[in-house]
Amino acid sequence: MLKSRIIPCLDVNDGRVVKGVKFQNLRDAGDPVELSIHYEQQGADELVILDVTATRQERIAMLETVENVRKRLGIPLTVGGGIGAIEDASRLLNAGADKVSINSAAVRNPELIDEMSARFGAQCTVVAIDAKMTDGIFQVLTRSGTNAEQLDAVQWAVEAQQRGAGEILLTSFDRDGTRSGYDLPMLSAVTKQCTLPVIASGGADSVAHMVEAFEHGAHAVLAASIFHDGNTTVEVVKKELAEQGIEVRKTGQVRCLE
Amino acid sequence: MIQIINTGVANIRSLQAAFDRLGQPWNLTEDPEQIASAHLAVLPGVGAFAAAVESIDRLGIRQIMVDRLKDPGTKTLCICLGMQLLGEASEEAPEAAGLGVVPRVITRFQDEVQVPQLGWNQVNPQSEGIFEAGEAYFANSYRLLEPPQGWGYAETDYGGKFVSSIWRGGTLACQFHPELSGQWGQTLLQNWIRWEQ
Repeated sequence: MLKSRIIPCLDVNDGRVVKGVKFQNLRDAGDPVELSIHYEQQGADELVILDVTATRQERIAMLETVENVRKRLGIPLTVGGGIGAIEDASRLLNAGADKVSINSAAVRNPELIDEMSARFGAQCTVVAIDAKMTDGIFQVLTRSGTNAEQLDAVQWAVEAQQRGAGEILLTSFDRDGTRSGYDLPMLSAVTKQCTLPVIASGGADSVAHMVEAFEHGAHAVLAASIFHDGNTTVEVVKKELAEQGIEVRKTGQVRCLE
Repeated sequence: MIQIINTGVANIRSLQAAFDRLGQPWNLTEDPEQIASAHLAVLPGVGAFAAAVESIDRLGIRQIMVDRLKDPGTKTLCICLGMQLLGEASEEAPEAAGLGVVPRVITRFQDEVQVPQLGWNQVNPQSEGIFEAGEAYFANSYRLLEPPQGWGYAETDYGGKFVSSIWRGGTLACQFHPELSGQWGQTLLQNWIRWEQ
């Protein structure tokens, strides 16, 4: 059966990795190519790069970043952020992304999910959902958390699946960057209704948080600060997860043919 | 020079990058002559079965591919949908004719498991081959259920066992993506390039 995946996430602004708290206060955390390789060597199962820039010029820089990361990365690469139309997705795939994650544009125009799935396949179509608890429901937020939508995250995940998404990247706005653990009620609510693989995001600070997320239905966990700050490594995290009974991909030496 | 067959819709940047890292020159081709004469060729596959079949017929390489896949003197690597194309047909598009080198119909995973299979799974060779057991990255909804006679094969479990790789003569077909399977996958690609029967 499938292994539980560990996915480091790089928020990239103008060619540099940054990380904020609740999507604000970005601070520099390094070179995206160097970090990508570093995480693959540590045993990361995939990598997510999110473009957190706003300007067109910086978007072009993003394509270069994706190309440079792809040259050296031997694991799946998902790229998201600022994708407004199918042409944007196509450009990122041509630059070397394996999957493209869409967020605000899919809320504005849900047909985009159908189009992407038909053209590139479900395996390539990731729908990213940012949400927070508001009046008893998990309310979807768009535009980097600045815009509250009249949309329930659970229903939206189900709709995304029906429209042909292959994976859901579920970020808790309440937990993002706070290091207080993943939003387990939200994760449970979504994974009970939506049978796609769900990547839990926002709030990771420890292996215990990751174990909880897997126990609440996550197929993969996304983490940024915990790895960027060097407090721990993917290798250590996977070893500890394995000790706690979570099945992860083993990484080690592979013998070449003589 | 590795000839990568351009079936159109496939996203093959990762594959090209993997060959670059191995220092292996490659060329993306639609030319039947290049495909027929190449010592090393790759049939990549992302996308839909019917579209890929249509593309093979549009390029006029159906017989060339069948001949290659039966010729132990040439080496062909078929990836993901590329492996499924070896079958006679697929449940994905019952009217589309596969290459038929493997006398099997490709079937969809059972409903008890999440479809598509998306992620890392264990690959266990059941015969002498060119790679060791390891974990590989999969992204597929359909699969080969029974190994064909006369081929070496590897198994993977996803709601029951299926055939995740087959090999015979110079042909190696993988349901998983070696180019996305980390160091294990990179080693598999290197072994395929060096492989001598």
